[in-house]
Amino acid sequence: MKFLYPESLKQTRHLYCAGCGHGIIHRIIAEVVDELNIREKTIGIAPVGCAVFAYDYWNFDVTEAPHGRPPAVATGIKRVLPDRIVFTYQGDGDLSAIGTAEIIHSANRSENITVIFVNNANYGMTGGQMAPTTLLKQKTLTTPFGRDIKYDGYPIKVCELLSVLDGTVYLERTAVNSPKNVMRTKSAIKKAFLCQIENKGFSLVEILSQCPPGWNMTPVESLKWVDEVMINTFPLGVIKEKI
Amino acid sequence: MKPKKVLMQGNIAVCEGAVAAGCAAYYGYPITPQNETSAYMSRRMRELNRVFIQAESELSAINMVFGTAVTGRRAMTSSSSPGISLKQEGISYLAGCQLPCVIVNIERGGPGLGNISGSQSDYFQATKGGGHGDYKIIVLAPSTVQEMYDLTYSGFDLADKYRIPVMILADGYLGQMMEPIKIKSKIFNPEDKINKGWILDGCKDRAPRAIKSLYMGEGELEKHNWYLKHKYDRIIKNEIRYELYKTDDAEIIIVAFGIAGRICKGTVNMARNKNLKVGLVRPITLWPFPYKIISSIAKKVKRIIVVEMNLGQMLEDVKIAVEGKCKIEFYGRPGGVIITQEEILEKVRKGFK
Repeated sequence: MKFLYPESLKQTRHLYCAGCGHGIIHRIIAEVVDELNIREKTIGIAPVGCAVFAYDYWNFDVTEAPHGRPPAVATGIKRVLPDRIVFTYQGDGDLSAIGTAEIIHSANRSENITVIFVNNANYGMTGGQMAPTTLLKQKTLTTPFGRDIKYDGYPIKVCELLSVLDGTVYLERTAVNSPKNVMRTKSAIKKAFLCQIENKGFSLVEILSQCPPGWNMTPVESLKWVDEVMINTFPLGVIKEKI
Repeated sequence: MKPKKVLMQGNIAVCEGAVAAGCAAYYGYPITPQNETSAYMSRRMRELNRVFIQAESELSAINMVFGTAVTGRRAMTSSSSPGISLKQEGISYLAGCQLPCVIVNIERGGPGLGNISGSQSDYFQATKGGGHGDYKIIVLAPSTVQEMYDLTYSGFDLADKYRIPVMILADGYLGQMMEPIKIKSKIFNPEDKINKGWILDGCKDRAPRAIKSLYMGEGELEKHNWYLKHKYDRIIKNEIRYELYKTDDAEIIIVAFGIAGRICKGTVNMARNKNLKVGLVRPITLWPFPYKIISSIAKKVKRIIVVEMNLGQMLEDVKIAVEGKCKIEFYGRPGGVIITQEEILEKVRKGFK
C-alpha cells in the first residue's frame, strides 16, 4: 500500500512534536477539502499558537490573523466572498481565552463559516501553560499544584457554551486518539463544511487533541489520557444540530 | 459630468468619500463623536448591497477590515480616540501583512475616556506607530468637510498603491460641522477596485498564497523590515502634501494641521489686515511629514509658531525640520478646547513689538 498525500496537503515536514494531534487534524481537513472538491475556493485562517505555520502545510489560500481574531477575519472575508469556503483553525487559548468575544459574536451572527477548534487543554506553543480548557487538578506550567477552582476557575466547555446561541447550527465534539475517533472527526468536519456549502450558517467542530509534552506524557499515555480523563469533562458527540 | 454640490456633515463626508471610492465593506463600533458615520453607513452600504457590520468591539471591527483587505476589496473602519487605541493591534498586523485599508479617527479629548470634544491629541499615536513593531502608516489630516470627503476618497487609492493602511486623522469639530462640498458624480462599484496579484480569493488556476507577518527564519524578518523601509522611502519621495498660505513674504510662519490649521488661516487673514506679514504652512500628510518645506522656510523667517490642540506633538517634527534655524514657539490647548483666531493673533503680535 502506498502512502498518498491529499492534494490539499503540502508535502513538507511539520514542526509538530511527536504524538501531537495537529498533524492528524491538518490531514483530515485536507482530505475533506479534496473530497468536497473545494480546494480552489477555500480560504483558511491560521491561528496564533502551535498551528501558526498552517499556511506552510495546506495547499490552498491561507491568511494569518492576530491571536484570537480569526472569526472576525473570517467574517471580513466571507461577507465579501460569500461563495468561497472560509474556515478558521484555532486552539483553546486563541478561541476560548483571548478570542472569546470574537467566537461568541461570529456564532451569534451565524456567520456562514466553519470553525475547527483544537482543544488540547493547555497552551502548547508557549510551553504548556493553563488554558481555559485545562482540566481541574491538571498540572501545567502556570498551575504547578494542579488547576484549582478556588484560584483558576473551571474548564470552559465551548460547544455547550455556544449551543445556547440561536445562531449556531452545528456543534460537535470529537477526538483524534484512535482510528475510530479519527474517522468520526473526519465525518464531523465534512458535515461542518457541508453546512457552510449549503449556506446553513455557523458550524464548529471541537477536537480533543493529545499534547504529550504539554501533558508531560509519552505519546501512548496521552492517547489513553484522552479516553480515561479528558472525555469525562468534555464528552464526545453532537452537541447541537439544526441542519 | 460636473460634480454635485451638497450640504454635508464631516462624519457623513467620510462615508460618501468611501462609497465613491468603491469601499466594499464598513465595520464600526459606536463611539462619540463619530456616531453619525456608523448610523449613516448602516443604511447607505446595505442599500448599495455592500457590507455593513456593527462589530462587537473595535478589535473585531479592525480584524473584519483585515479579512476584507485580504480579499483585495476596499474596507474602512472609523472610531474616535479610545476606540483607535483598541485598533492598534490590528493596525500593526495590517502594516506587517501589507494590507490596504482606510481607518478614520475622529479624535476626542484624552487620555483615558477624556471627553467628547474635538482634539488633536492622537498625533503621536497616528504618526509614530501606535502599535508594536517598526512600521508606518500614511496619515492624512483634513481641515474642511470637503477635505474629509476628498482625502477619504484618495486615501483608498494611496492605500492600494502602496499596500498600506491609511488613517484619516480628523477631530470631533470637523466630524460634527456641516459645509457645502462638491462630490463626485461617479461612484465606483467595489468590483471596479479589486487589487489583484497578491489577494486571497481561492487558488483557482494559480498557486496557493499566504498572507502573513510572521518571519521566523534567520534574517527573514530583517529582510521584510528593509522591504517595508524602502516602500516607506518611496512614499516619502512621492506623497508629501501640504498647503502654503501667504508664505512668500511672511516674517512669521504658523505651522498647524487639521482644524487648528483652518483656524490659523483666519488668524493669518486678521494679521494681514493689520499689515503683519504672517503666513501658514498646513501639513496635509502628517506621515510622511513635510520636513523639507518647513526647513527651507525656516531659513527665511524670524519665527515659527506651532499651533495644535494638544500639548505639543507635531511640535517635535517641526523642531526636527527647523534644526535651530529660527526661533520656535508653541501655542496649544489640550483637553478638547478649541483655540480661537484671536488667541493665536495675540501670540503672533507679540513677535512684532
